[in-house]
Amino acid sequence: MASVKKELQSLSKDKMVEILEKMLIIRYFEEASIKAYQQKKIAGFLHTYIGQEAVGVGTLSHKLPQDAVVTTYRCHGLSLALGLDPKAGMAELFGKVTGCARGKGGSMHFFSKPHNFLGGHGIVGGQFGIGIGAAFKSNYDEDNAVSFIFFGDGATVQGTLHETMNLASLWDLPAIFICEDNQYGMGTANARAIANTEISTKAEAYGMKGYALNGMDLNEVHSSMGEIVKEVRATRRPVLVHMRTYRYTGHSVSDAGLYRTKEEVDLYKAKDPILALSREMVENKVITEDELKTLQKKIKANIQEALDFSEESPEPPLEELTQHVYMDDVGNA
Amino acid sequence: MAMIEMREALNQALKEEMTRDEKVFILGEEVAEYNGAYKVTKGLLDHFGPKRVIDTPISESGFTGLAVGAAMMGLRPVVEFMSFNFSLVAIDQIISNAAKMYYMSGGLYNIPMVMRGPNGAGPRVSSQHSHNMESVFAHFPGLRVMAPSTPADAKGMLKAAIRCNDPVVFLENELAYNLKEEVPDGDYLIPIGKGDIKREGADVTIIAWSRMMSLAKTAAEELAKEGINVELLDPRTLKPLDMPLIAQSVKKTNHVVVVEEGHHFSSLGAQVAESIYSDLFDYLDAPIARVYQSENPMPYAANLEAATLPSVEKIINAARQATYRT
Repeated sequence: MASVKKELQSLSKDKMVEILEKMLIIRYFEEASIKAYQQKKIAGFLHTYIGQEAVGVGTLSHKLPQDAVVTTYRCHGLSLALGLDPKAGMAELFGKVTGCARGKGGSMHFFSKPHNFLGGHGIVGGQFGIGIGAAFKSNYDEDNAVSFIFFGDGATVQGTLHETMNLASLWDLPAIFICEDNQYGMGTANARAIANTEISTKAEAYGMKGYALNGMDLNEVHSSMGEIVKEVRATRRPVLVHMRTYRYTGHSVSDAGLYRTKEEVDLYKAKDPILALSREMVENKVITEDELKTLQKKIKANIQEALDFSEESPEPPLEELTQHVYMDDVGNA
Repeated sequence: MAMIEMREALNQALKEEMTRDEKVFILGEEVAEYNGAYKVTKGLLDHFGPKRVIDTPISESGFTGLAVGAAMMGLRPVVEFMSFNFSLVAIDQIISNAAKMYYMSGGLYNIPMVMRGPNGAGPRVSSQHSHNMESVFAHFPGLRVMAPSTPADAKGMLKAAIRCNDPVVFLENELAYNLKEEVPDGDYLIPIGKGDIKREGADVTIIAWSRMMSLAKTAAEELAKEGINVELLDPRTLKPLDMPLIAQSVKKTNHVVVVEEGHHFSSLGAQVAESIYSDLFDYLDAPIARVYQSENPMPYAANLEAATLPSVEKIINAARQATYRT
């Protein structure tokens, strides 16, 4: 792989700002959602993406319109990285009809058709098949799309990963399996759950290439994923990418995080991908301190607008209760 | 009209729909080179090639999930389970993904997908290969459940299932694949949710589906000799049930027998009876009689297997009971 830093600096200022902006949108969106949860505007589960932004944004900046994306219940970050309007995301969390799933999906089930975002999914390992199905469709239609399949470290020991890697390799499906390893499956440290924590080595068992990346480093994720995506698009061979990352918050908002130390969390916060990228862009004069502050302010205002929009939006009308159970009306259903 | 077997009728439906719509493809264990474990897909590989007739490894969860994703992206997969017993390995894909997707995405992603294969007891295959799955699938909103009893129905119903924009569980029966009857030529559809009166009668309505309808037909002939004039009603689609047709028949006969191959507790037959009690109580002249499998896993021994399953005799006795002719 080429020198990572050089690669990022070769990007246009606009592209770099766009990347930083997406990461900030996710961060501020998630911070606002936690606050709204505490104010009881949001209920149920809320799994935030704070700390993992470099993985989603660095990877999905290589997504083309025809590509598909699927992920777990930790799905707000990727949706926003794809360009979902924060209003549609926040309104979904508020359970409003203006949400991206009309208030029927909630935190774990964001969807976006224009982005071929095939959902956030609530069963660990349940989304792999959907991801390779999108890759299958690409081959069926003989286009050049690829499929991004995100999952957590906890899912690496579900059978579905192994079944679908076998199928993807057997049938030459252009699937990019991306393990976002935040090092804990809920409260269980990986060493207590996964016999082989070098996740990328599992690719070899299926005749696939495996990669290991530092998911806290936007530069590394962005440049490496650029090459990997290009390779999959051309070869139609699936790959497995292991990205070590970290979530600063609990598994969900109800998690007090007693299974890890404050020191460990602080260690990762010191390597914060947004902080690092902002600093680097300022130091390299891509943007000025003032421009950075203006950007932060603008995004905070956007998130506030999303909160206001969600607050003001109506709940789904009661007629919605039985709508979208079936698409076809066969009469006496 | 041609006399053909159930498996051939299903084969025609697949072939016609795959010819009509290039987005339709079939995948499953042994569907291609082996020509199908029960020969339902015979000749399809030669006709359509390996792109659209796909042998899968033994990975039900993997290939069912693949079909859900392909359907979300606009294809129309037909998944063959070599037996519906194996659908249990893929149950999370069927229920959490296929059934719920359209609703939880707020109407963004529908799943035009058929899951088909033999359901119920095979001959002497014991406990793990004899499940009746209709009650399980019919429980979950989002799925349609169909179960044909004749070759002619099978063809028109499978064609309708493939054209449906929602996931359909299509239950066939191993012991019925060689059932040979007249099937209309060419393109015809039997709409989802439409039942059929297989025999008109005035004394008692026997509601049965899939292979149980064949048993009920024999029972009706026997009962006629005793002067009990049976109306045979095949709902064909189990979800949604054709309640208007059921109401029409119950209002006429005022006596009902519900026959199912599966167990009686929390079952589809219980649901049919409940729907009749709720909607048509005033038209009943007797409690509904039910015929079902006994409450034990399927045993291997021939005598125990026979004792477990519904039979013509059990249906006759139930009809006598429902009409107070015991």
